[in-house]
Amino acid sequence: MAQPFLSMKNISKRYAGVQALDRVDFEVAYGEIHCLVGENGSGKSTLIKIISGAVQPDPGGIIEIDGERFHDYHSIDAIRKGIEVIYQDLSLFPNLSVAENIALSEILAAGDRFVNWRAVHEIARRAMARIGVRLPLDELVGEISIADQQLVAICRALTRDVRLVIMDEPTASLTHREVEALFGVVRDLQSKGIATLFVSHKLNEVFQIAERVTVLRDGRNIGCFPAQELNDRKLTELMTGKQLEYSHYVPVKLPEQPLLEVQHLSLRGNFRDITFQLHAGEILGITGLLGSGRTELALALFGVNPAQSGEIRINGRPARIRSVQDAVRLGIGYVPENRLTQGLVSQQSVSRNIVLTILERLINRLRLIDHRAVRDTVKRWIDQLSIRVPSPEAPVQTLSGGNQQRVVLAKWIAIQPRILILDGPTIGIDVAAKSAIHNIIRDLARRGLGIMMISDEIPEVYHNCNRVLVMHKGRIVAEFDTAHISEEDIQQCINQLS
Amino acid sequence: MRRLWKYQETYVALVIVLLSCAITLLNPNFLTLENLFDLLKSYTFLGILSIGVLFVLISGGIDISFTAVATVAVYTTMYVTLQHGGNIATVLLMSAAIGAGLGLINAVIIHFFNIPSIITTIATLNVYYGLLTVFSGGTWLYNMPEWFRRFAETNVISLVNPDGVPYGLSVIPLIWFAVILAAWVILHYTMLGRGIYALGGNLASAQRTGFNILALHLFVYSFMGLLAGIAGVVEVMLAQRVATNSMVGKELDVIAAVVLGGASLTGGVGTLWGTLLGVALVGIIGNGLTLMRISSYWYNVFIGLVIIVSVGVSAYRRKLQRRRKMSVEVE
Repeated sequence: MAQPFLSMKNISKRYAGVQALDRVDFEVAYGEIHCLVGENGSGKSTLIKIISGAVQPDPGGIIEIDGERFHDYHSIDAIRKGIEVIYQDLSLFPNLSVAENIALSEILAAGDRFVNWRAVHEIARRAMARIGVRLPLDELVGEISIADQQLVAICRALTRDVRLVIMDEPTASLTHREVEALFGVVRDLQSKGIATLFVSHKLNEVFQIAERVTVLRDGRNIGCFPAQELNDRKLTELMTGKQLEYSHYVPVKLPEQPLLEVQHLSLRGNFRDITFQLHAGEILGITGLLGSGRTELALALFGVNPAQSGEIRINGRPARIRSVQDAVRLGIGYVPENRLTQGLVSQQSVSRNIVLTILERLINRLRLIDHRAVRDTVKRWIDQLSIRVPSPEAPVQTLSGGNQQRVVLAKWIAIQPRILILDGPTIGIDVAAKSAIHNIIRDLARRGLGIMMISDEIPEVYHNCNRVLVMHKGRIVAEFDTAHISEEDIQQCINQLS
Repeated sequence: MRRLWKYQETYVALVIVLLSCAITLLNPNFLTLENLFDLLKSYTFLGILSIGVLFVLISGGIDISFTAVATVAVYTTMYVTLQHGGNIATVLLMSAAIGAGLGLINAVIIHFFNIPSIITTIATLNVYYGLLTVFSGGTWLYNMPEWFRRFAETNVISLVNPDGVPYGLSVIPLIWFAVILAAWVILHYTMLGRGIYALGGNLASAQRTGFNILALHLFVYSFMGLLAGIAGVVEVMLAQRVATNSMVGKELDVIAAVVLGGASLTGGVGTLWGTLLGVALVGIIGNGLTLMRISSYWYNVFIGLVIIVSVGVSAYRRKLQRRRKMSVEVE
């Protein structure tokens, strides 16, 4: 095979007793679209940091770029060789214009002391022309869509003579159509001989774009595979090293009386004429494109933005949900999409987060918090959801995504809800932790909760829900009984919408 | 045109126009060159300080200590000048240098100990002001040198009003204009200025882009100190005495004027133009109330209400906008 653009051999990295990377070989060919996958903690980010020169590997590793061998490899070498990293947070300046965001690093690197605004626009225009996109140059970056911000970050990378673009989780917050557009740009880069290295969690996207896929697990390179040889299941097994069972959720016999009945529920600018039922023991999936009104419906049922018209019945009795307090009183729990900003007080301890919703019940006769009761309750939840924490007093932000999600779940299960609404329950959680969360959810449903699960991921709703509703433009457009259909049926239905 | 309504500055400008019309109707003396010159002179102190505060706010920090810095700088300077003599240039340079030095101390503490700027500068306000009180014993300085008094009374434009009374544009606002010009160039045409915006917009990105964060911090806080030193001299020019307690306590007035002009306390956002409008509005309210012979106690009430209304209107618009952006296209 021809000489690769980037070749790394025998790369190891040890951090304070943890072997983040263990004798990894890795290569990216000229102009290749390569994908790097692995669970959290598999060493993906360490490898990226080494490629970008931000971190130096332990002695013994060999890095060769474009035929040049490096003994001491730093950020400056990566930049000189045309390697650009686009981090997940994009590292943009929301308060500056699109043009300035694109051009700033170039001007800074040139060592200029003064700003020539005409040159700023010129640099931005040239970068946009390279990938054939048009962005509003004078708009503030904070006011354009995430997808456009993504393009700004790519344009910024292109202001230099770039040979390899590394994108860390680039599709995490993009809609289906925006992902397509991004992939178009990546193919365009390829046609200009620029290689792209994707770091991604979303498996089906990996197959769509990548030529080769490198899998890391526990700091080791499990192998590099042509994308067409892999499928979802095989890749999952490679990443986790386990055979994951894909079973369907089948509820036990459902009661006659629905737990939740929603009729003709509408809220202007959010959703319209929503009618459905949820039985105890059911897991009801709600899917659709981003911006279909799914989350808005959840927020209405939880009383955050109450609906304007329509009827809600719980156990056959009419229910008025005008506020979050109403919803909680009626036994509705809601786990928000963005657990860090909406679901958790991240600087506070696991223990405090769990009891936050039930403090009322944990007070003693003097109306002070009963610390022994708190300790017992927290211990029970940590055991029951097998949350892995060094101590219940550890701040939530120090936990992994999967464990954080368990803390949020514990917090809401603790109020003993009858209805639990989960919005994107496994976003940003790796595969093994995902299936653990799914098992917890199934278990809750079997114990008689009614669960609504909102998710983008078709396999997730297909396997874990007994019924799936598809929303589009604020309405329910399809309903599936997952026992009688295949995953592709749902996918097809959604593809037709966009 | 529609874009204009996104900016706080637009609302402040509108309020200024309406208020000026109203005051002029009640007292025609308001809209005269004489009154305008007077206003410029008396608000130079606030105006210079507000530009320093603008820089600090854009960078994502805040400075509370600048009134103490101004007092210490000008007190020390005039104390030395009274003993050893000097001229207007040495006074300005020395006061500015002392101010910049004290600002540099703020920057070093904020940068290296990573203490929030508000806490750092509350602490240094007390240290700087406390030390001055200890060493001066609270004694005011009088008998400013003759050349100092003459400079402060110099007019660059001299006119005579219809009643035959001479008036003119004082030299003092020229100092303010020079500061505005320098600030404009720094903020818009230097990488230093763009770095300050970048720092306030996203610290982590600014680091990754390759900005020297230490240098930016050192500049922002010492520039604030430098302007405080100059503003201190301006205050003494107007009052012709050095008081130990005439400036400390006015910090929030200055910060309020800057925030009124659209600068954000969370950093990254703020314009020179807006800050000038903020100062203008504060000045016009004060001046207007005087001309209408309304008790100065009402001044504070008025300023507070104007801040709530003008900041509130633009914040509310942003909230509506966000909601519109979030909504779903329902068929």
